[in-house]
Amino acid sequence: MIKLIGLVVVVAGFALRFNTLLVVMAAGVATGLVAGMSFNEIMAQFGKFFVENRYMTLPVVLMVPVIGLLERHGLQERAETLIRRARAATAGRVLLLYTACRQVSVALGINIGSSGGAHATFVRPLVAPMAESAARARHGELSKATVETIRAHAAAAENVGNFFGEDVFIAVGAILLMKGFFAAQKIEVSVWGMALWGIPTALMALAVFAWRCHRLDRQVANEAAKFRANEIR
Amino acid sequence: MTLITLEWFYAVIGAMLAAVAVRIARDRGHPKRWGSAAFWALLAAVFVFGKQLPPVAVGYLVLAMVALAATKQVERSQEQTAAREERASEAERLKNGLFWPALLIPATAVAGSLLLARIHFGDVRLVDAKQVALISLGGGALLATIVALRVTGAAASTPVAEGSRLLQTIGWALILPQMLAALGGIFAQAGVGEVVAGLVTRALPTQFPFVAVAAYCLGMAAFTMCMGNAFAAFAVITGGIGLPLIVQQHGGNPAIMAAIGMLSGYCGTLMTPMAVNFNLVPALLLELPDKNAVVKTQVPIGLTLLATNIALMYFCVYRF
Repeated sequence: MIKLIGLVVVVAGFALRFNTLLVVMAAGVATGLVAGMSFNEIMAQFGKFFVENRYMTLPVVLMVPVIGLLERHGLQERAETLIRRARAATAGRVLLLYTACRQVSVALGINIGSSGGAHATFVRPLVAPMAESAARARHGELSKATVETIRAHAAAAENVGNFFGEDVFIAVGAILLMKGFFAAQKIEVSVWGMALWGIPTALMALAVFAWRCHRLDRQVANEAAKFRANEIR
Repeated sequence: MTLITLEWFYAVIGAMLAAVAVRIARDRGHPKRWGSAAFWALLAAVFVFGKQLPPVAVGYLVLAMVALAATKQVERSQEQTAAREERASEAERLKNGLFWPALLIPATAVAGSLLLARIHFGDVRLVDAKQVALISLGGGALLATIVALRVTGAAASTPVAEGSRLLQTIGWALILPQMLAALGGIFAQAGVGEVVAGLVTRALPTQFPFVAVAAYCLGMAAFTMCMGNAFAAFAVITGGIGLPLIVQQHGGNPAIMAAIGMLSGYCGTLMTPMAVNFNLVPALLLELPDKNAVVKTQVPIGLTLLATNIALMYFCVYRF
């Protein structure tokens, strides 16, 4: 039971809004101490795993220079121009289309950004500006809160598309991890079976996201109408 | 032997992070000049020398970074990018040419993943098959930088300056994923998962097949929310709840259990600020004032899909 102290530290630390890095390190130190490690051993563990997992930070650091450069030269503005020409576009439809494309491409094994890298390459410079621009083309100027709602949904579009398309492809990390887990337990499980059973949830995820997009469009329309009314007054 | 390893890319990243530190140190108007410069310099050192340094030394460097962040010494600079009018006129000048470098990154990543691992000269491989996806992605980003410089005609220092500005927008949250991975490792060594699984089995009437399914799916989601990572939860919860109850006690199908179980974990990923790469970093990248805005947007989606997964698993896992 005492070993759960790390989870307690995490939950309490978040609730009290301490710095997240501090919370994570404190949870690790507390858990290590109750498990009988010395402070130096715990630091060595942090060092070992921190170095082993440098790959997690690789995509974002290598991508921000080129994305920042392109943004300085008008990448977002160009994406906005293109979307303004498409009459049928709404914020919700742009996002739904992106999620669908992302799900299908990930399911076919084409991963455009692992470890959340696609947020830097696609969402910030392209998807979010396109969705905002579609809303502006329809409703005129938007309030700050509306823009923030659209942006948060753009990040969600990427996560839903990525997570729930991924497991349909057999060579993806998750499927291989499951295969490895069962192999260690001496249970024979086919990767195709696991990939196949990922499909119903993948379809359901797209349906749920379509409903969210529909609600987003209604919310944007309402907020934009209110915003205009305030402007006139 | 392999010719190109991830260590090369870590050296490039280290150089980029060192450039961030130098830019901050030279920026007199920076709100937290020396604390921020020290943070990025320490991180650069860990990236370049991580393999050579003893783990305990890296641990203390990490501790120093955490101390700087916790005492609010790490802040972003006041630098601004080009004004909107300037960006709009550049967009008018460059038109769709702006998209090519951005699309080159995924294109190179995919092509590289398919081809690079097959290239070898006798026993000497070009890249390690396990690292090929990340190497292709990193190579794609570097290639795209070169093409973008040609397309825009910008100075070679511009990507460093803009990258530095964006990295400072993310700030200390950049190292949170690595910290959480370390926490997961320590939890695993201390045997936290076994304790959780033991508690669940004792507390719930798991002789009912539905309770077993619900406990497994909810356990995957909840443990993922605490750890920020469904992969870490999978081994613990499947070993502790899924296998003994659903498969061994009630005769469920392991493939269906694992597939839907992992996706239940992803529902948890949608709902937790601990999934930093997916929920927190994007909020910072999109410059949202509420850091939890992405999580809040995703909670209804996560809950709906979690309920669907429980129903789906209950109806399928004991039948097929």
